[in-house]
Amino acid sequence: MTSTTITERPKGFSFSEYMTCLTGIVWREGLRFLHQRERFISALVRPLVWLFIFAAGFRQVLGISIIPPYETYILYEVYIAPGLMAMIQLFNGMQSSLSMVYDREMGNMRTLLVSPLPRGYLLFCKLLAGTAVSLLQVYAFLLIAWFWDIAPPTIGYLTVLPALILSGLMLGALGMLISSGIKQLENFAGVMNFVIFPMFFASSALYPLWRVQEGSPYLYYVCQANPFTHAVELIRFALYGKINWVSLAVVAGCTAVFMIGAILAYDPSRGLARRGPAGGET
Amino acid sequence: MWRHCLLPGLAVWLAAAAPAHAYIAYVSNEKGNTVSVIDTDSWTVTNTIKVGQRPRGIEFTRDGKFVMVAVGDDDTIQMIDTKTHEIADTLPSGPDPELFTQDTTGKILYVANENDNTVTIIDIAKRARLGDIQVGVEPEGMTMSPDDKILINTSETTNMAHFIDTTKREIVANVLVDSRPRFAQFKPDGSELWVSSEIGGTVSIIDPVKHAVTGKIEFSIPGLRREAIQPVGIGITKDGKTAFIALGPANRIAVVDAATHTVTKYLLVGQRVWHMAFTPDEKYLLTTNGVSNDVSVIDVASQKVIKTIQVGELPWGITITPQ
Repeated sequence: MTSTTITERPKGFSFSEYMTCLTGIVWREGLRFLHQRERFISALVRPLVWLFIFAAGFRQVLGISIIPPYETYILYEVYIAPGLMAMIQLFNGMQSSLSMVYDREMGNMRTLLVSPLPRGYLLFCKLLAGTAVSLLQVYAFLLIAWFWDIAPPTIGYLTVLPALILSGLMLGALGMLISSGIKQLENFAGVMNFVIFPMFFASSALYPLWRVQEGSPYLYYVCQANPFTHAVELIRFALYGKINWVSLAVVAGCTAVFMIGAILAYDPSRGLARRGPAGGET
Repeated sequence: MWRHCLLPGLAVWLAAAAPAHAYIAYVSNEKGNTVSVIDTDSWTVTNTIKVGQRPRGIEFTRDGKFVMVAVGDDDTIQMIDTKTHEIADTLPSGPDPELFTQDTTGKILYVANENDNTVTIIDIAKRARLGDIQVGVEPEGMTMSPDDKILINTSETTNMAHFIDTTKREIVANVLVDSRPRFAQFKPDGSELWVSSEIGGTVSIIDPVKHAVTGKIEFSIPGLRREAIQPVGIGITKDGKTAFIALGPANRIAVVDAATHTVTKYLLVGQRVWHMAFTPDEKYLLTTNGVSNDVSVIDVASQKVIKTIQVGELPWGITITPQ
């Protein structure tokens, strides 16, 4: 006579199970990015066009005064470099959101969301994966920029990393929140027009805010209220080994708000995803 | 055993952690009628000294006790006591003194008097005028050959570098250079004389033995008109390998390979960069930026501008503690 011992599964999940999930999602996102060479190239070409063409043309038009974190006069291309780094992350965040819409249309999202791990954690892993991909792009951009004589202090390459992670998370979470409201892949063009362009242009990425204030005080307030401005300034200061506390608070706060919003929005019982069956909401 | 490793290691760490030797820089502010005092350790202005009208040429006496400053509109050279920061004495120049140089012993001072077309010779210790030498129109640039035998004066309107024999106190040769020569500087080994021409936009390389221009350095900065590039101040490192040239309204310092006479880099500084001075250890080069009223600090080894410090109105000349 044989006896069977049935052991009850412990409640919750172990650390290694969480890590397996995280690794799996980050790995998938990384592989997907590396297999899409065109995406990698286009992610780099976009900021480089701004750097090599736009900045060269405007070099003499826009005078830059000495503003923190800079301690001396800088060329225009040095000024816009942090803005372009944030732009890479902005596009990447939106592209990740695009991929989520695609995943939802293809049914991959359902595979992800049926995992027994908490939904919030799954989405956070997805967010981290997107941020990791954006870091690859940003550091590749910084390498090319170095040859263009845009060389922050060596320690800046390290001190900018936490700022990039935080801003990457914020922009990714924003993308995730937006993607929860997009029903079809074709609607992504609207994201370009209504989110990316206004966020990028109404910020300190291309021109210092004191100059914006000279031109239009109202636009200045819009720029101040734009979380992307604070992401740019957080990166700009961190690149020179400094902390902009206001920007840090704004970016951290926005990350939390966008993240919570995205988790709520993706909850089938409450969120927007309830509107249609997963994988087929066309 | 560990002590043998630890102690030298600690010594190296302490040496690395110790602040660099602090020097004091004095900047003449042409319009503010002041001299700004900069501490090169904290890179801050620690004092502003009121001087005569239109201070321009500025230099330490060789013993470091005084800073001499040419106050053009007062027709004299004032001597600032470096301990009290007060005007301690004056030297008798001609009318409108602009730039001056001294011999290697620090006994004799040669002053270019812009409005009088003369160079005045002064005994610094006796505060006495020893004589004048007639030169071209609007004399400005002044430098001494390393062997003290030849004094160079450039005259802005005559467009010449005058070679003056310091023993005979007379011009022995004239070399024509490009328009409006502002500044002259010998290479440390005396093999070449460099003369900057503000309007001509060039730096002429002159053979001091043959008294002939052997080459010219030209400048080109993308996006800037040629007329905006106006070379003025020149600084050459003690090893004679690297030169820095202030390009006035181009707001740039050109870094030049002094052996090949080719420009290797342009560094962005403040507006209308005029003159410059090295710290004695040659770690830093400080430039005066007239229109933006500031002084830029260049890290010589990395050839990067690391800081810009606000000073008085229209900074012109600069000198740094000799030791």
